[in-house]
Amino acid sequence: MSPELAFLQALNGISFGALLFILAAGLSLIFGMMDVVNLAHGAFYMLGAYIALSVVRTTGSFWVALVAVPLALGALGLVVEPLLLRRLRGRHLDQVLITVGVALVITDLIRLKPDWGAEVRTLPPPDALAGSIAILGNDYPVYRLFVIAFGVTLALSLAALHRRSRAGALIRAGVDDAQMLSALGVDTDRLFAVTYAIGAALAGLAGVVAAPVLGLQPGMDVEALVLSLIVVVVGGLGTLGGAQVGAALVGPADTFGKVFVPQFALFFIFAIMALVLLLRPSGLLGRIRVIR
Amino acid sequence: MNALAVRDLHAGYGAGLVLQGVSLDVAEGEAAVLLGRNGAGKTTTISALVGFLRPRSGSVLVRGRDLTGAPPHVVARAGVALVPQGRRMFADLSVREHLTLTARSIAGGWDERRVLELFPALARRLGNRGDELSGGEQQMLAIGRALTRNPALLLLDEPSEGLAPKLVREVGDALVSLRATGLSILLVEQNLGLATHVGQRVHVMNKGTIVWSGTPAELAGARDVEARFLGV
Repeated sequence: MSPELAFLQALNGISFGALLFILAAGLSLIFGMMDVVNLAHGAFYMLGAYIALSVVRTTGSFWVALVAVPLALGALGLVVEPLLLRRLRGRHLDQVLITVGVALVITDLIRLKPDWGAEVRTLPPPDALAGSIAILGNDYPVYRLFVIAFGVTLALSLAALHRRSRAGALIRAGVDDAQMLSALGVDTDRLFAVTYAIGAALAGLAGVVAAPVLGLQPGMDVEALVLSLIVVVVGGLGTLGGAQVGAALVGPADTFGKVFVPQFALFFIFAIMALVLLLRPSGLLGRIRVIR
Repeated sequence: MNALAVRDLHAGYGAGLVLQGVSLDVAEGEAAVLLGRNGAGKTTTISALVGFLRPRSGSVLVRGRDLTGAPPHVVARAGVALVPQGRRMFADLSVREHLTLTARSIAGGWDERRVLELFPALARRLGNRGDELSGGEQQMLAIGRALTRNPALLLLDEPSEGLAPKLVREVGDALVSLRATGLSILLVEQNLGLATHVGQRVHVMNKGTIVWSGTPAELAGARDVEARFLGV
């Protein structure tokens, strides 16, 4: 591979990693706070992409979708958590199972909606980002550079919120010991609902941003779920830094895997996951959770 | 009105019943102590009081308000603050965040500054994380964190656990100075010295009920109580 091509593939890998971060951050957040692996995460992502499709068809603006979709998915999360998850609190396996149910309902509804349907759809990037620019003598899509910038900006903003804001401190405390936090006057039911909503909103956001690159089709939910699970297992469940590190590793690994050994691309990232599980079962940045 | 009135409290985990009719009062401004061996039901009592554990029957009144079976944040907002067993610091929060995040500020009440006056050792550690503190510092922070709630009733579950004798004395002196401010306190202890140093009224617990109540002086005279319910 020429150095130029390698550089462009590296950009592709980083761009994919940025997408994976947006996707995995929400999954990791929900797990860290509630000990629930939200298996509806892929469906939330898929729903986000399809809502974006409708919003762009109606308003003609990708940017409206970029704002509206996270709000819509956040609202959905605010309904799903109190309605379904809260009554199963303390029964983790049942909670995980019900998220599978939510995923099945969402994907079926998407299949049934005629203008979403069962076929492959495309969402063009916004006009401002539609073209290509020359990088090292090759044309490179501007939108992918936007994805990198967006992912990095989001990662930095989330990290700053997590470290500096009151909401971030509540989340850090809740991840560590939600019961103790409730004994200090914090309504953890509300904190859980809001956390779940933020996680769902991030999944939806990932759906919008990914749609112009990856397209919309049945099965995209499972693909996204598996990838985000790999990212959080590699990086460490329940921490924002874990999602960052995991995405930064898995994105480029997947891209270069597809270039060098196309027939084994998936094997490549699973091998990374297996290696991490073998050497550091709690993930690269995972904290060992003490069971009280 | 009593700061705390517990009547005939029954509670347990799964099928088992740990508390079998606990009744006890903490008068306004009083420091009461709950003594008993391991497994007597002391921590279960605390759990049922703060809402970690839903009582099967009985009642819990804080300043006359019925809080039986209320969720923890409701109990906390009614004026109950907990210094839990094992201290339960937030590993990912700084010392300063421990003293500000859940603070309930009232004019002239406890805040970060006053807590640091009570425990000057914490002042050097403001930027440190909860899991970077020594056992003694953690205990001070756990008490400080509870004080920033400006509670009407302070519950402490074995604050002497795992501390060196010198630190136990320091914690005891801090509790005595808190008692002097008129704060109502319920202290759960196994350490007899700390219990009688702080407590004005002692309740002895065994097998899920209160088996003896009296003053520290009366307890000193009741050798049989100590032998039957407290000695090892």
